[in-house]
Amino acid sequence: MHAPQTRFDRLDGVLRGLGWLLVSIAVTACGDQPWNSPYPPDQAGQNILYSSFSSRPKHLDPAQSYSSNEVVFTGQIYEPPLQYHFLKRPYQLEPLTVTQMPEPYYLDEQGERLPDDTPDTAISYSVYDIEIRPGIRYQPHPAFAKDADGAFAYHDIDISERDDYRALADFPLTGTRELVAADYVYEIKRLAHPHLHSPIFGLMADYIVGLKEYAVTLQKAADEQAMSDDAPATLNLNEFPLQGAKVLDRYRYRITVKGKYPQFRYWLAMPFFAPVPWEADVFYNRPGMKERNITLDWYPIGTGPYMLTVNDPNRQMVLERNPNFRGEVYPDTGEPGDAAAGYLQDAGREVPFIDKVIYSLEKEAIPTWNKFLQGYYDASGVSSDSFDQAIQVSGGGDISLTPELEARGIHLNTAVSASIFYMGFNMLDPVVGGDSERARLLRHAIAIAMDYEEYISIFANGRGIPAQSPLPPGIFGFREGKDGVNPWVYDWTPQGPKRKSIDEAKRLLAQAGYPDGRDVKTGKPLVLYLDATGGGPDDSARQNWIRKQFDKLDIQLQIRNTDYNRFQDKMIKATAQIFQWGWNADYPDPENFLFLLYGKNVKYKKNGENAANYSNPEYDRLFDQMKNMPDGPARQAIIDRMVDILRRDAPWVFGFHPKQFVLYHDWYFNAKPNLMANNTLKYKRIDPALREQKRREWNKPVVWPLGLIGLLLLLMIIPAIVGYKRHENRRMLAEANR
Amino acid sequence: MIAYIIRRLLYAIPILIGVNLITFVLFFVVNSPDDVARMHLGMKHVTPEAIEKWKAEHGYDQPLLYNRDAQGVERLTDTIFFDKSARLFAFDFGSSDAGRNIGDDISKRMWPSLAIAIPTLLLGLLVHISFAMLLAFFRGTYLDLSGVVLTVVLMSISGLFYIIAGQYLFSKVLHLVPISGYQPGLEAWRFVLLPVLIGVFSGLGSSGRWYRTIFLEEIGRDYVRTARAKGLPELKLLFTHVLKNAMVPILTGVVVVLPLLFMGSLIMESFFGIPGLGSYTIEAIQKQDFAIVRAMVFLGSVLYIIGLLLTDLSYTLVDPRIRLS
Repeated sequence: MHAPQTRFDRLDGVLRGLGWLLVSIAVTACGDQPWNSPYPPDQAGQNILYSSFSSRPKHLDPAQSYSSNEVVFTGQIYEPPLQYHFLKRPYQLEPLTVTQMPEPYYLDEQGERLPDDTPDTAISYSVYDIEIRPGIRYQPHPAFAKDADGAFAYHDIDISERDDYRALADFPLTGTRELVAADYVYEIKRLAHPHLHSPIFGLMADYIVGLKEYAVTLQKAADEQAMSDDAPATLNLNEFPLQGAKVLDRYRYRITVKGKYPQFRYWLAMPFFAPVPWEADVFYNRPGMKERNITLDWYPIGTGPYMLTVNDPNRQMVLERNPNFRGEVYPDTGEPGDAAAGYLQDAGREVPFIDKVIYSLEKEAIPTWNKFLQGYYDASGVSSDSFDQAIQVSGGGDISLTPELEARGIHLNTAVSASIFYMGFNMLDPVVGGDSERARLLRHAIAIAMDYEEYISIFANGRGIPAQSPLPPGIFGFREGKDGVNPWVYDWTPQGPKRKSIDEAKRLLAQAGYPDGRDVKTGKPLVLYLDATGGGPDDSARQNWIRKQFDKLDIQLQIRNTDYNRFQDKMIKATAQIFQWGWNADYPDPENFLFLLYGKNVKYKKNGENAANYSNPEYDRLFDQMKNMPDGPARQAIIDRMVDILRRDAPWVFGFHPKQFVLYHDWYFNAKPNLMANNTLKYKRIDPALREQKRREWNKPVVWPLGLIGLLLLLMIIPAIVGYKRHENRRMLAEANR
Repeated sequence: MIAYIIRRLLYAIPILIGVNLITFVLFFVVNSPDDVARMHLGMKHVTPEAIEKWKAEHGYDQPLLYNRDAQGVERLTDTIFFDKSARLFAFDFGSSDAGRNIGDDISKRMWPSLAIAIPTLLLGLLVHISFAMLLAFFRGTYLDLSGVVLTVVLMSISGLFYIIAGQYLFSKVLHLVPISGYQPGLEAWRFVLLPVLIGVFSGLGSSGRWYRTIFLEEIGRDYVRTARAKGLPELKLLFTHVLKNAMVPILTGVVVVLPLLFMGSLIMESFFGIPGLGSYTIEAIQKQDFAIVRAMVFLGSVLYIIGLLLTDLSYTLVDPRIRLS
């Protein structure tokens, strides 16, 4: 006979049922996948690359997109005329969609053609005739879709009152068409569009003939359109010709720039000069599109190897293989050592190799790092939080992976960035600035005292190299070894450069009139001011370190912390005395670094990039001479002279060039870092089967602690139940006794 | 009651204007319109003309609060404050400074926030009340003392610790749930399970201790003694009489947060990669997108006011003696 069911028995039954339900949901949902997999089970074993992004890209419109977190996407979708060779170093441009590298020819003021060896000053215009390859097609997109009658399906649509169109994927029809030269010209015109605020408009308006005036024309047309009720929804740029960008025929177009500007070719490798079809503007400007966030800024249209199929930057962005991609092959040449490193294994094979790339939003470094270790991301950077776990530095300064990571088959690649972080002196400041001997000696003393070797070791975990000039390695003009050392700050030894002693710095300081950090004229201590941004714990540590460097010279350093906006304001008004700043190269040419100290480019009043407001007539003259020269011994000689001037004048304490560390798993191939190219995704390859095997191996669920937790809970509950029963029994007995 | 509700809603208007004004002043004390423009245009090659143009296009080219050059009422209406705030009262959030439709973003991002917030609230209530009841039942014993010590310990630990420890233990060591991420639909449960459990556990200290105090206060009342003297079993006494009478203070804390569940959790969403409104707000603050910050603060204020109103109304449901007038 069964005992009657108590309330506890029923509860037990419910809990059991619930437990089984949860387990069955878990098993159903995960399949035979690891339980901690953040991806759906149907993605297992697929040729998908997994990566992450920490902040959503602001712009994906090629006329606006400039940030590094944006070109990660736009670089794979849009195809400018040129690209950087994936493997060759120094960085080398090569055709992407064009038949050959465009070589400019020159014109005088009257438009007459000049010989190629004409002096720079006699050249009024440089003309680039660019020919694109036929047969390149756009990705499938609703903007090209046509109905049965051959008319554009969505060029007259109004979705403002329709609920069935919430995203681009809701448009059932798609189409494509061939890329034509007019699309490149259209995009150049878009740089001047009054509503797009292209970040390079100001710069390009100084070069592309008529672009500045074109912006005025478009602004006027936009204003008139805004006042007219029956105006079309958008500016039709095809109705407005631009003098400096013209279509020659279906596959050829011409760009005319003012004077001689050889660096223009580098711009032709950036998405700013990628093609945009006019159909895109018509489609995205239809009523209701912007309100639903369906814009070109959100859904790009390109000819590249990938297309953006999911754009939910709050969660995930997905690139998928463009079915209309024309095909391109993996390079068969590189630099010495590439073959041995395995970078030429795929030579001649058609790219892209990967079908799909899923970028997931990761705002915090710890989860990102752990997912990489679990195999859920294929490659990763190294954040400060995880540095010790990933990297070990030997006594000699050699860097290698920790044994734990090596055992997992993780590899490390390092590359020095085309960037510099420096400490600048405001050359308009009466104490640290100017070209007086006194100020110069003071700057040299500070440059010696600022021990950037220590800074890199403490704050960058060794990820950087001390800078000897503004030019980082890999940029033409950079010199290695003894020739590349800044003799005002370092002594050359058989072991390499050695920072001069603090005694030497003190000697210079005394020579400058500040013995022991006191002004000989007034007897007052020398107080200097560093304007900085931030104020968090990390910033405080850095600032304390800087203060200590000045303390070595008995100079009192006051740090004026402010937010970045205030800091910018101070820089523009030249009220800062000493500051720290950095620069990432737009392109691999010494001009893009040396212009940071060009006199016509000062920050004060001109809002240029010369934040130190440095001006030296000889340097400026040499810069004018050097900027248009081809790389070669003559250019190197001028650069050497310019660098010497900078080292002597010391408007900057050359800080350091950061080093990029990339970790990647065994199943990830062709990971050679290319810090200039932004379209290298097509060259990457993975082995999904190996990844799947490793993921399962590394992520087996450990269930027994759950049982332990359950047992502990039970052990806690039992005394409570016993206590309750005792309490109730006592109460019953008391009642019975009454 | 209708008159009461209408009166309370009318009171909300000056409160909302005040909140808006404070947000506006605080934001623009730190950032000038030029700063906002610079932030959106990027760091490189930004010309003063581009800044002016951006400001004009986004309505930041007017005076902040008072337009000396205008006449009459336009001195107040031809300002950035009026231009940016007036539409909010019609719940037209407009576009972010980056050009995205804020209303559309909010409608998409509130669901992941709710996917965490609602289970955390409901499960939290169940666990916290039961735990507090247990302590109240064993009041004065070692079990109660241990429970109180435990609640104090739990309260003393930062919420961030629970998140990091939870991720470390359950995702990294035990491999039971994804460490972060989100999938819409039914798949979402795998991603919200850990945040919900952490949310419940991290709230156990404060809520458990607070509810225990409420229950102890009720247990000491005459009606409880009378019920006990009549022989009512202790469990029934606690869950029917004591809990019901303790509902007023519990409701005060719970109903007021109900509408705010939409707003999401800032830290939890950030660490678990949940694309909710909490991370939306944080991101907007970091990117100095005033349009989003303003919209979210306004929405938060409206929801808080609704929460307070609902709290008042709920009193009448749990305590018939209360009349709203």
